[in-house]
Amino acid sequence: MNSFKKNLLKKRYNAERRFQWYGKIAIGLALTFLAVFMFQIFSKGYSAFQKTWIVTEVHYDKELLLIDAESPSKDDLENADYYDVAYKAMTSLDPGLPEEEDRQLIQMVSYKYETEVKDLLLKNPDFLGKIVPIKLTASDDVDQVHKGNYPRDIPEKNRRVNDYQLQIYDMLNERGDILSEFNISFFTSPDSREAELAGIASSFMGTVFSILVCLAFSFPIAVLAAIYLEEFAPKNKFTDFIEVNINNLAAVPSIVFGLLGLGVLLAVFNLPRSTPLVGGITLSLMTLPTIIIAARASLKAVPPSIREAALAMGASNMQTTMHHTVPLSMPGTLSGTIIGLAQALGETAPLILIGMVAFVNTIPGTPVDPAASLPVQIYIWSESAERGFVEKVSACIMVLLAFLILMNLAAQIVRHKFEKKWS
Amino acid sequence: MNLILVTFIILLAFTSYYFGRKKALVIQSSQRLTALPKFYGYYLAAWCAAPALIIFALWSVFEPSIVKTFILQDYTDQSLTKNELQLIYTKVKALAAGTYTGNITNFLDESANKYIQLKGIANSAKVAIILAILILSLSFAYRSVQKNDRMREPVEIFLKWVLFVASLGAVLVTIGIVFSLLFEAIRFFQAVKIFDFIFGTHWYPAKTFVRDGQPDPELMKDAFGAVPLFAGTFFIAFIAMCVAIPIGLLSGIYLSEYAGRGVRKYAKPIIEILAGIPTVVYGFFAALTVGPFVKEIGNAMGLEVSAESALAAGAVMGVMIIPFISSLSDDVITAVPQNLRDGSYAMGATKSETVKKVIFPAALPGIVGSILLAVSRAVGETMIVVMASGLAANLTMNPLESTSTITAQIVVILIGDQQFGDPKTQSAFALGISLFIVTLFLNVIALSVVKKYREKYE
Amino acid sequence: MSKIKAENVNVYYGSKQALFDVSIDIAEKEVTALIGPSGCGKSTFLRCLNRMNDVIEICRVEGSIKMDNLELNSRKLDVVRLRENVGMVFQKPNPFPKTIYENVAYGPTIHGIAQSKEEMDQIVETSLKKAALWNEVKDRLDEIGTGLSGGQQQRLCIARAISVSPEVILMDEPCSALDPIATAQIEELIDDLKKEVTIVIVTHSMSQAARVSQKTGFFHLGKLIEFGPTDKIFKNPDNQQTQDYITGRFG
Ligand SMILES: Nc1ncnc2c1ncn2[C@@H]1O[C@H](COP(=O)(O)OP(=O)(O)OP(=O)(O)O)[C@@H](O)[C@H]1O
Ligand SMILES: [Mg+2]
Repeated sequence: MNSFKKNLLKKRYNAERRFQWYGKIAIGLALTFLAVFMFQIFSKGYSAFQKTWIVTEVHYDKELLLIDAESPSKDDLENADYYDVAYKAMTSLDPGLPEEEDRQLIQMVSYKYETEVKDLLLKNPDFLGKIVPIKLTASDDVDQVHKGNYPRDIPEKNRRVNDYQLQIYDMLNERGDILSEFNISFFTSPDSREAELAGIASSFMGTVFSILVCLAFSFPIAVLAAIYLEEFAPKNKFTDFIEVNINNLAAVPSIVFGLLGLGVLLAVFNLPRSTPLVGGITLSLMTLPTIIIAARASLKAVPPSIREAALAMGASNMQTTMHHTVPLSMPGTLSGTIIGLAQALGETAPLILIGMVAFVNTIPGTPVDPAASLPVQIYIWSESAERGFVEKVSACIMVLLAFLILMNLAAQIVRHKFEKKWS
Repeated sequence: MNLILVTFIILLAFTSYYFGRKKALVIQSSQRLTALPKFYGYYLAAWCAAPALIIFALWSVFEPSIVKTFILQDYTDQSLTKNELQLIYTKVKALAAGTYTGNITNFLDESANKYIQLKGIANSAKVAIILAILILSLSFAYRSVQKNDRMREPVEIFLKWVLFVASLGAVLVTIGIVFSLLFEAIRFFQAVKIFDFIFGTHWYPAKTFVRDGQPDPELMKDAFGAVPLFAGTFFIAFIAMCVAIPIGLLSGIYLSEYAGRGVRKYAKPIIEILAGIPTVVYGFFAALTVGPFVKEIGNAMGLEVSAESALAAGAVMGVMIIPFISSLSDDVITAVPQNLRDGSYAMGATKSETVKKVIFPAALPGIVGSILLAVSRAVGETMIVVMASGLAANLTMNPLESTSTITAQIVVILIGDQQFGDPKTQSAFALGISLFIVTLFLNVIALSVVKKYREKYE
Repeated sequence: MSKIKAENVNVYYGSKQALFDVSIDIAEKEVTALIGPSGCGKSTFLRCLNRMNDVIEICRVEGSIKMDNLELNSRKLDVVRLRENVGMVFQKPNPFPKTIYENVAYGPTIHGIAQSKEEMDQIVETSLKKAALWNEVKDRLDEIGTGLSGGQQQRLCIARAISVSPEVILMDEPCSALDPIATAQIEELIDDLKKEVTIVIVTHSMSQAARVSQKTGFFHLGKLIEFGPTDKIFKNPDNQQTQDYITGRFG
């Protein structure tokens, strides 16, 4: 073998190895992106599941509460004035502070602290006249300091927590009067302008309603359409056209569906703006082609022998389809539906266009109440400048991803558990 | 009112189902049935519900526009423009509903009264007609049931029609898209010349906002030039493809040709997770992590970098698109028949030579198709750009500056309260239709290329 | 003179054994035919000779196969160089979806055989001429190879195989997809080629084996039942099974 060929062979093998490395690097990169991404979200978001409380003492002084009755009724407690009591509870943390500086202390808890003071008494009426410890929701800034997300060593004027507040915080922390507990209110509260109070309950319900509406509209129509196209449609220009149409519809950008929702559902049919009803219908138009395609594929997978057997028994075409083919194709259709819904679940842009970005601080009870959805909530919060919202966004993303993972798992299970393997 | 009517029809349909089945059992005692008893029920129920519901639907669609023409008839002699007429009609409706707050002229009051009157007539007429139809169709159906005609075929034919109508759903959606986009876009192009829109290089719709009164036509001319948006859209899509094509294609090739079964089994679904993550999440990631990261690196190299650079948005979009290309090209490459590979190996080719010189060219049409589909996705992607790239439409080819895209501008224009009839709002629909045309074009080509490819190796 | 010497070759697909202790001596510049009923392992054996079984993940080859005293069934062997010397033609014509010219030039390109465009043109022309295809395609060398007729495609594949001047060519039922005329052309070609190369051909056609080969091996259920001069196998086999198969009384 001459040296030229030897060299060439060496080069060829080097090229081979290089090429393999390109492939490995490409896959490695894709996996790294995913890992970095997940790490970022988790490391930023996990702290949102913890809530910071400030423990202090409150004196339910009848005089300050402006309660006259000897044994006050529930109504009396309800209508009492809690301003002074709550205020004292906070200012008692540093009695030496001049009155005009009190705001600094009050700012360390959420603006709803007065309600919290009230709620505690309503729950325990016998606290009246006593001095009892109370947990107050820390403000988002204190919360972030406590979680270590907030740099303490930058100049005071660039900080939202001033030196005095830090000093109080350190004192409380040393005393063990700063508590960190699982953040239930993140799941039970609606959106709020204050990061420490904001929760995902409203957007979660919005998402649930949207998805249910989407399912109710898209699933029946899609399945019926798939049955027609796969089992009954004659092969002609028109059904070809429908087929091309469906395939193209599946690739139309989602924002165009938002424009459709805006231009038709809101402007022509006058459906209520910002509601899961409109959001769900808009999403259902998007999922329609996805489900049709999945349903057709699984109808196609039912072997002709089953149809022939039923037809040979004297069943009509319709009976064969409804009794045999459709039930057998259901697992595939269902898992396609779940995947389509999971896609719809993550959609943001079309919902923004139909107004589901409105600030909603109540939990929607029906599909016609204004609501946001989880992805839109992510968008709204991420546009917010406050530091406390960063962890909220990440936590909301975690909830959304968990939701998606569950749906995809469900799709897998439906497919594997119930699908017959035709060989 | 409508709800009651519909509920009534549906309840009646259920009742007639049971009634029909009972009737069949009665018939059975004297003569042979022509179908299973339940078909008698279906037959009656279908005849009960279908005609009434169809009429109801048609009525609901046409009633408003008929009422509108009646009301506006009174205004025909005042030579008003279309928009003014529309405004009057809105006022009349609001007045009738008792939610009007402006000052009430005599004329308006009269129209509102007429509107209420017309609505009342229409409502009673609707109820009467639907009841009549119900009685007619039910009695007709009952006669056939009594005659014991063949019951299964009509029911099946009816079902087939239901299926057919459902399959028109997708077509209806397309028609809905086209019309809703066209309708507003045409009105937009009445205010702004289509030429100025397609070739103008200045996009600044906020400029046209004038409180009360018509905006200056000169301003309009210079505010709606979409070239920066078209350029921005393709520029960001280009950056995305620069990330996605090499990584996606190489992973696809590696997975289909090199990876062992174990690697393939796990790596493929894991990479596909990237496609399942909602785009708003990517947007957050791009805005919070990648954007500042790119800026820092750029600054360290002494470059002027915007925190909302096209590069950050494009790169993150590219990551999102990787699995589209890798999965599709994996499928396409796997579909290349084994005997071509054998032919190449038997010539003494190495694996990479086989991939590069035989498999890749053979799979090229399919790969091109999947790349086109991916481009169409990149072009239509919204949230990443909204959150990570700027909202100002700069005409630039510098990846370190911020640019905007068609989709992002649609969101910017339509977020919050929209005012229909405003050229700014309408411009979003004009952008929408450009987007629709571009993506449709890409999809049609891509789908036909892929289809041809599939047929070739089937 | 012996070109390839196989000893005790056992082949497994996963846990299933496809070849049992096959030992065979393939002579240089002769045509050796392998016959036998479907599924008996002819293709499997043939693919051992240029290590095409490497492509099949679950396939495992044991035993020794020597070509000119070089062990083929060895991890250290460079399959790329082996396959340059041992070409193969498949049952179904499999030209690359490229031009006729590129199809033939493929081997010389990857192995760096031609140094210049002229040399390459020369190689392509000779190979096509040897494959008896030149006259039919010389005016349309830049057309796609898959556009040719089945017989032409198969001859193109033969041209592709001989373009790198291999010492051995393996043919796995090269004529099964072809009509009698195309088959006759290929058989003629084989006759010409054997002056320069060693050919091993798998065939289902007894008459074809009789026409083109000098030696014949009969496989049955993964075993080499009988191997010897073609004349002898066909006229006077030692083994009863061979006799039955040849006379069509099999099974
Ligand atoms: N890729 C494979 N995976 C598993 N088993 C295989 C594979 N290829 C061949 N076999 C098995 O090995 C045995 C021999 O197959 P082989 O293809 O060598 O037969 P053959 O003699 O060439 O048959 P034919 O004349 O039909 O081509 C058969 O039983 C076959 O089922
Ligand atoms: Mg074989």
